[in-house]
Amino acid sequence: MSEDSVERPAWVEPFFHSADQQRSAASLGMWLFLGQEILFFSGLFMAYIAYRWMYPDTWLAGADLLNKQLGALNTVVLLTSSLTMALAVRATELGEISKVIRHLWATIGLGVVFLVIKSVEYSHKIHEGMLPGFHFSSDGLENNGGLFFGIYFALTGLHALHVIIGLGLMGWLIARCKKGLVNEERYVLAENIGLYWHLVDLVWIFLFPMLYLVR
Amino acid sequence: MSDNSHTDAHNEPDYLRASTGIKSWLFSVDHKRIGVMYLIATTLFMMLGGLMALGIRLELFTASGDLIDADTYNRLFTLHGSVMVFLVIIPAAPAVIGNFVLPLMLGAKDVAFPRLNLASFHIYMIGAIFLIASMILGSFDTGWTFYTPYSSTTNGPVAWALTGVFILGFSSILTGLNFIVTIHKMRAPGMTWFRMPLLLWSLYATSAVQLLATPVLAITVLLLFLERLVGIGIFDPSLGGDPILFQHFFWFYSHPAVYIMILPAFGIISELVSVHSQRKIFGYKGIALSSISIAIVGSLVWGHHMFTSGQSIYANLVFSFLTFFVAIPTAIKVFSWVATLYRGNIQITPPMMYVFTFMALFMIGGLTGVTLGALSLDVHLHDTYFVVAHFHYVMMGGGILAYIAGLHHWWPKIFGRMYPQKLARITSITVFLSFNLTFFPMFIVGSRGMPRRYYEYVESFTWLNQLATVGAFFLGTSLFVTLGYLIWGAIRGPAADNNPWGALSLEWHTSSPPIEHNFHGQPTVDAGPYDYPEESSGTDSSSQWVPA
Repeated sequence: MSEDSVERPAWVEPFFHSADQQRSAASLGMWLFLGQEILFFSGLFMAYIAYRWMYPDTWLAGADLLNKQLGALNTVVLLTSSLTMALAVRATELGEISKVIRHLWATIGLGVVFLVIKSVEYSHKIHEGMLPGFHFSSDGLENNGGLFFGIYFALTGLHALHVIIGLGLMGWLIARCKKGLVNEERYVLAENIGLYWHLVDLVWIFLFPMLYLVR
Repeated sequence: MSDNSHTDAHNEPDYLRASTGIKSWLFSVDHKRIGVMYLIATTLFMMLGGLMALGIRLELFTASGDLIDADTYNRLFTLHGSVMVFLVIIPAAPAVIGNFVLPLMLGAKDVAFPRLNLASFHIYMIGAIFLIASMILGSFDTGWTFYTPYSSTTNGPVAWALTGVFILGFSSILTGLNFIVTIHKMRAPGMTWFRMPLLLWSLYATSAVQLLATPVLAITVLLLFLERLVGIGIFDPSLGGDPILFQHFFWFYSHPAVYIMILPAFGIISELVSVHSQRKIFGYKGIALSSISIAIVGSLVWGHHMFTSGQSIYANLVFSFLTFFVAIPTAIKVFSWVATLYRGNIQITPPMMYVFTFMALFMIGGLTGVTLGALSLDVHLHDTYFVVAHFHYVMMGGGILAYIAGLHHWWPKIFGRMYPQKLARITSITVFLSFNLTFFPMFIVGSRGMPRRYYEYVESFTWLNQLATVGAFFLGTSLFVTLGYLIWGAIRGPAADNNPWGALSLEWHTSSPPIEHNFHGQPTVDAGPYDYPEESSGTDSSSQWVPA
């Protein structure tokens, strides 16, 4: 093999020929993983569509009960965090590791802000009795309001879980940066975690108009 | 045919002896060891599921429910179905044969993500523990299909089973992801897409379905779990939800899951039919691309499980048409296999015996599937024993027996030893006969209206059910003998040649069993996997292996 004669960094796994092969395998693996993530969310999106079609009035009234200001604010927060994440990935490829760590901390901070705002929203809804299914006890929404809030909590809860996992991944990435395991040659992990974060953002970009805005 | 010169030059221990101790197995990242661990696990679960099947058949020996009560019967068929589907047939061919053979066939040292591969196995075992726990902790009796509203309201340990299925799904997704990346990125130099052995095409299609359909099952069981836990109402009619939506979600995965079970079987048969008739495969591209088209069209036919569930008649028409359509790529494969055999130098080896068994049983299973896809007939046959017979012909006669064929083919490669050939040939015949004795009567009682999942039936069906029960015990015995001689072969059998069947693909050109890193040096390829000599051309068969 010609690649064997090329200089081979120590971090390349023994079953790969070259750094390029290892990087492109990791990259493809992440894209496939994101593909299955979309299908994972698709079940809930389908449930949303089916019941919106069955109970259009409930869905319109339900959207009005959600706090559009906080939802919009959270959209801005999450979009900004995608920017800082993209800057972190760019800095990795340039090998500027202290910059990477700074941008990652900023992303984590914005992610935490998102979760705080979300929990404020949740506590309002819970306080007003807008709980899923047969726990639903609000007067504000007739005709299967529990179903609307069941889907609301399932979709946003699953999304929030992905945000929390993303924060953990970024913490791990920072630790690896500090150990010197991330540099301009070994950038794929940062790139992959970046891709994951953008997907989390993208899911929210669909959730926000679907749940809060669509008339 | 066995050019061992390049392997004898070194004296490296094979993968079975490279390291010792239980930890060196349980935490091994070697794809071959992981394959063997899956082999042991799926075999144990198959025995468990098989014993439950025998319990069911024993109860059905007489028309009245006299051996066990109705609740026990419900638990038995639920666990038989769940164990066989989620713990045996879905993982068996991809995770055992795929794990062992895929990197070897590609000329790679391992899969792309060996640690993820090991994680898949650990996740599989954890999921299995949850599923088995539901059996011990109480009465899990929803059937393997978990239909709502029964599954969301019953008091049984359904949540345990759901957790198990959710976890098992991740194992399946990660295996599929790993195989797709491996096939894309780890092919040896010269191993172009159309030089890949056909098993790899079918594993690629299988992996795509695993990756894209399983997450839908994950969200479905998660929603059912939430339904039971907090009553979110999505499947509950009293809260405005729709139980039919559950059926759509469930079959959106579980019909493609049928192709997760049968596509690797198609790949195994494509390999074996060519190698054991020493003849170039007929219609390589047709077989390869039909795997892909079965994966695509097969993902769009889930509605044919719901013809009688109150689905719209227009949806029924489309699903019925697409169901018929899947028969076309499937028939392309079957006709190509038969054309490969034509004037081939057919070897009556044990794997080939199972190939013939597969072809006969799968034809019956496949054609009765087309019967069930017809809207008017399905109304009559829905939820009868006709359906039970149909899917056992496909799942067991097709999926499991092709897997057993594959085990007989790769056994000498996996363990470096051979099993008794004559006994294997005889057993394959008793498996074939007892299989038909078990399941063919079910077509008859089913078409006459005997419903599935009942522990009693009308007197007039007695003798056909008794035939089925007798057949089931013969089948169980035959498979037990098969297991016995395979284990004997693996431990005590005569040492096997590196290439006992005269195959041309790469896995036969390393030692048996292979060394830990599969090959000495990097294999290169400049030919297809089935270049057996053409008739009267006088040329030699040329292996894929290019000596360095």
